[in-house]
Amino acid sequence: MSQPLLRVRDLTQHFRVSRTFTAKAVNGVSFDIYPGETFGLVGESGSGKTTIGRSIIRLYDPTSGSVVFQGREISGKLDRDTEGMLRRDMQMIFQDPMSSLNPRKKVASIIGEGLDIHRRYRSKAERDTAVGALLEKVGLSKSHASLYPHQFSGGQRQRVGIARALIMDPKLIIADECISALDVSIQAQVVNLMKDIQEETGCAYLFIAHDLSMVKYISDRIGVLHMGYLVETGTADEIFANPVHPYTKSLLSAVPLPNPKFEKRRRPVAYDCKAEGVDYAVGHERTVAGTHKVLATDDELARWTA
Amino acid sequence: MDMRSDRTVLQIIDLDISFKTSAGVVHAIRGVNVELRKGETVAIVGESGSGKSVSMKAAVGLLAGNATINSGQILYRYVDDDGSEEIVDLLQMPKRQMRSTINGRRIAMVFQNPMTSLDPTMTIGKQVMEGILLHRKVDKQAAARRALELLELVGITHAEARMRSYPHQLSGGMRQRVVIAIALACDPDVLICDEPTTALDVTIQARILELIREVQDRLGLSVIFITHDLGVVAKVADHINVMYAGKIVEVGTVDEIFYDPRHPYTWGLLAAMPDLDTSDARLVSIPGSPPNLLHEPKGDAFAARNPYALAIDEKAEPPMFQVSETHYAATWLLHPDAPKVEMPAELKVRIAHAFEDAKERR
Ligand SMILES: Nc1ncnc2c1ncn2[C@@H]1O[C@H](COP(=O)(O)OP(=O)(O)OP(=O)(O)O)[C@@H](O)[C@H]1O
Ligand SMILES: Nc1ncnc2c1ncn2[C@@H]1O[C@H](COP(=O)(O)OP(=O)(O)OP(=O)(O)O)[C@@H](O)[C@H]1O
Ligand SMILES: [Mg+2]
Ligand SMILES: [Mg+2]
Repeated sequence: MSQPLLRVRDLTQHFRVSRTFTAKAVNGVSFDIYPGETFGLVGESGSGKTTIGRSIIRLYDPTSGSVVFQGREISGKLDRDTEGMLRRDMQMIFQDPMSSLNPRKKVASIIGEGLDIHRRYRSKAERDTAVGALLEKVGLSKSHASLYPHQFSGGQRQRVGIARALIMDPKLIIADECISALDVSIQAQVVNLMKDIQEETGCAYLFIAHDLSMVKYISDRIGVLHMGYLVETGTADEIFANPVHPYTKSLLSAVPLPNPKFEKRRRPVAYDCKAEGVDYAVGHERTVAGTHKVLATDDELARWTA
Repeated sequence: MDMRSDRTVLQIIDLDISFKTSAGVVHAIRGVNVELRKGETVAIVGESGSGKSVSMKAAVGLLAGNATINSGQILYRYVDDDGSEEIVDLLQMPKRQMRSTINGRRIAMVFQNPMTSLDPTMTIGKQVMEGILLHRKVDKQAAARRALELLELVGITHAEARMRSYPHQLSGGMRQRVVIAIALACDPDVLICDEPTTALDVTIQARILELIREVQDRLGLSVIFITHDLGVVAKVADHINVMYAGKIVEVGTVDEIFYDPRHPYTWGLLAAMPDLDTSDARLVSIPGSPPNLLHEPKGDAFAARNPYALAIDEKAEPPMFQVSETHYAATWLLHPDAPKVEMPAELKVRIAHAFEDAKERR
């Protein structure tokens, strides 16, 4: 295989909230993302997905661990050149579109901002054309360029965030729940668009989501996160055809189906790692088969694969 | 003022709203009717930008400054503090009275974007307690206990320590759950949830839906649920309103909409839902995009994207045709003179499967 575009090793991110409480958001997470592929990151609310994204793109200073992007270490102090490379080649689509878009700026300047900073156009007309074309690509219209973020619906705003990330032609896009605010039809449109852009430009995605059917659909490989630990990784097929970790199994069992007669009766399968006596801190990454890996002790692995 | 039935709690009648923008006037809501009965859950589904949030913001008096209500009523039935029953038009009620007697206390809304309803400078414990102290006659300690209990109920771990956290120290889904806890804190009559579970994984989502249902069984809470997640709708809704371009285009019981949909837009929505068996290279989406409401659509707003469109769709907007006592759809295909058109074959297969599945997993 080629060199990974992004290599994350033992990434740890802790937040001291008070004297007695430290939020251990991410605990020793390792994974690689190769050029042009989509790595799906799933896990329950509060499991550390957003934190991983924000640590990688350096909105946080990682507590420990290493992050190598295009061959350069980006987890420590950044020199100017590396920082420029990072700001240009890595983009993030934020989970919360409202608080990530400047409310006082029109959509045209929000989307065009990156172009302005990196002087990516020759004339104003060229810039406006680029912005307009992208708006249409994400299913909005050119006339939306003159509106402010609060004048959009939740889903429309999310697409503004997507357009802003795409306009820079980045190598890696961290997409944090970028489609969960969209209805199914537009979800499909945006996911198809993301796939097209990937084919066109060869960019890679770190695709953060909780909707398993969509993650399965878009991802080449998947990582399952629980309480800040990556408990299982593998190709989409490996994970979905043969989930090993009990947390992954419980996630898969809970996907709601568009079937009221069935849904109205269903009770989700619960998983409680304490009750099952699983301590993530003592497990190690074990290979199940091929690229399929699970965080477990020997004992647990034997039990779960039995 | 007349409501459809004695059990109706909230009724939106012919609501029509437009927005002034620098690009022109956006006619966002073009005649919306929704009925909510006591103890029931009504879902509103529809494409992004179809007007779901705006319709509900109108009901809690929180429309943006550039909005104009052109016509309509939002009737609300409640029991006054002295025990008498009142029916009011929320659109006529002064803002101040709305805040003191309705908002939060009787009608609570969980907004689509949790950050907009949380104060970034106040701990979440304080924010949950605030409403309790304002509307309930309890002391600070009791309010704090109730707040802690609510945070635990919505699945916040280390709730005691988190009471002192600020919103930015929580994950997206945790913030959303805090907002739900705040909404439930005052035991409202009506809960309006705008995409309350979009940022939540399936397990937490199930837990929240369960919690809402519990309150519903216990206190007769009536719920309006805005969501695009048809799995969630299948789980919680009694009735469904399908919205398109500022109008309700189909309404029915949950079974009628899922197993016997009549509007081609509803067909598209149901067909676009991926499931874990989806393996095609591309997802199906409804072709084209929703009309830009800066320009008033002529005829049926869905016509341009509708493979089953008839000539009349270009000229006249279809009225609501009745399918059953509870099921209506606004499509000319239901006109007695229309050619007979069936839903797409794949969708038919899917629905048949769903039926079998429901039987098997019994
Ligand atoms: N700035 C911060 N200060 C303190 N704690 C934080 C901070 N940011 C995140 N955390 C904590 O880290 C944990 C992981 O949060 P994160 O936002 O990464 O979760 P997530 O997996 O993205 O969840 P969601 O699906 O709900 O968005 C949570 O317990 C959260 O409270
Ligand atoms: N303040 C405003 N000024 C101008 N247009 C607005 C304003 N608020 C909403 N709109 C427009 O009204 C329409 C309906 O918006 P609304 O927020 O109700 O959509 P929605 O159905 O909730 O969509 P979503 O699923 O994306 O949240 C959209 O086209 C939106 O652009
Ligand atoms: Mg998150
Ligand atoms: Mg909305």
